[in-house]
Amino acid sequence: MSNRTDSNVYTVLFAVLMVVIVGGLLAFTASALRPKIDNNERIEKQQNILYAMGINENEGSNANFVATTEAPELFTKNVAEQLVLESKDGKVIGTMTREEFMNSNNGKEPYLIDIKKQKSNSKSGTSRLLPLFVGNNKEGKKVYVAPIYGKGLWDAIWGYVALDENMVVQGAYFDHKGETPGLGANIKQRFFMDDFVGEHLLADNGDFKGITIAKGNADPKNEDKTDNEIDAIAGATITGDGVTAMIKTDLKLYKPYFDSLKSQKTN
Amino acid sequence: MGLLSKKDTKLITDPLADNNPITIQVLGICSALAITAELKASIVMSISVLFVLGVGNVVVSLMRNIIPSKIRIIVQLVVVAALVIIVDQVLKAFAYELSKTLSVFVGLIITNCIIMGRFEAFALGNGPWRSFLDGIGNAAGYGAILIIVGFFRELLGSGTLLGFKVLGDPIEKTGLYAIGYENNGFMLLSPMALIVVGVIIWVQRTRNKALVEDH
Repeated sequence: MSNRTDSNVYTVLFAVLMVVIVGGLLAFTASALRPKIDNNERIEKQQNILYAMGINENEGSNANFVATTEAPELFTKNVAEQLVLESKDGKVIGTMTREEFMNSNNGKEPYLIDIKKQKSNSKSGTSRLLPLFVGNNKEGKKVYVAPIYGKGLWDAIWGYVALDENMVVQGAYFDHKGETPGLGANIKQRFFMDDFVGEHLLADNGDFKGITIAKGNADPKNEDKTDNEIDAIAGATITGDGVTAMIKTDLKLYKPYFDSLKSQKTN
Repeated sequence: MGLLSKKDTKLITDPLADNNPITIQVLGICSALAITAELKASIVMSISVLFVLGVGNVVVSLMRNIIPSKIRIIVQLVVVAALVIIVDQVLKAFAYELSKTLSVFVGLIITNCIIMGRFEAFALGNGPWRSFLDGIGNAAGYGAILIIVGFFRELLGSGTLLGFKVLGDPIEKTGLYAIGYENNGFMLLSPMALIVVGVIIWVQRTRNKALVEDH
């Protein structure tokens, strides 16, 4: 290296210039691509919800979404209603329809509600919005899809769970930000997600029990649907515990709504 | 060879065997442990590193005469981080599915010691074309080990390859499982990656005694 590049002035100038150039480049790329990325994320959410409803193009052991080009159309067709429940201290204190929610939120669709933000809202004592997507699944059965959010081993995990009015799982989709490939990342594999179908969230006495991702539940084919347990993935204990926790905390909040559905029916 | 001189060819072939980044230089071990539980992840990671190391080496080589030596490590880090983030953003916009598969690797690529190691050891002292070849060669040597380790870990740990059940179904008890074969769940845990790498090093040094250090 020459003496010229060793001087302090040069070093500082170089560092400043580099930061400005690289920072500008990154900011430019990020903001130029933002609308496209947002649109991709929006479509992905629609695909996730449709997947949980059983509207997907699964082939063999691969989990496949509906095509990105068809997702918006299928979404409007199959998701008949988007409800927003307002929850506080475990009680549902209000219900908004899609139109009511959009009117008070500059036309934002309920399925774009940031679950992470709502979750931290409820921690700080304010009420939490719970989106719920109602529609008919592939078999024509009425299902209620609820988003859930939690943390795995390395980063965030989230999912969509389709329930019938008795809180029996009809379909599930899970995803993750940075779980280990081959281990925790397998929560988005079909063999894991398909296990949830038919599993009960409620205990026999009607109380909310959730679903535990259990090691050694001796039921790898998941034939016992009322044991509130799913066989765990080997080497992914902490991610599995994260799934258990998010099902327990997030879906429990919807229980009052499902209770009210039942009492409406009996009345 | 018309395009590559003998010296240039060595830049690519050396890291594949006798100067392998993982087994000889012991670089990039961390990611070799983290993502080799399945073959597909190993392949994706190899391709990503091939791209980043090839381009990154060229960029650092072009800048080699103007980088202040006192802050060269930081400059290298900024180059690789900026490259990886831009690629990630472009993929997110135009190939969203692919970017989801890759997102896990972004952090691992930036911190991969091979990349910093080659910037520091080669690109800072050589021209762009030779640096490019060196980058490709080292990334290929890294990828080769990753794919070998991924192959054995997925095959012995889950009984699958690229997700296909090559040994039969462990739950339905078909194929090999019908005669009492069991998957070795231990293969899925990271210590086994180190043991597989160890076996590769053992084989390599048995075949080429020149690699064995005297103590």
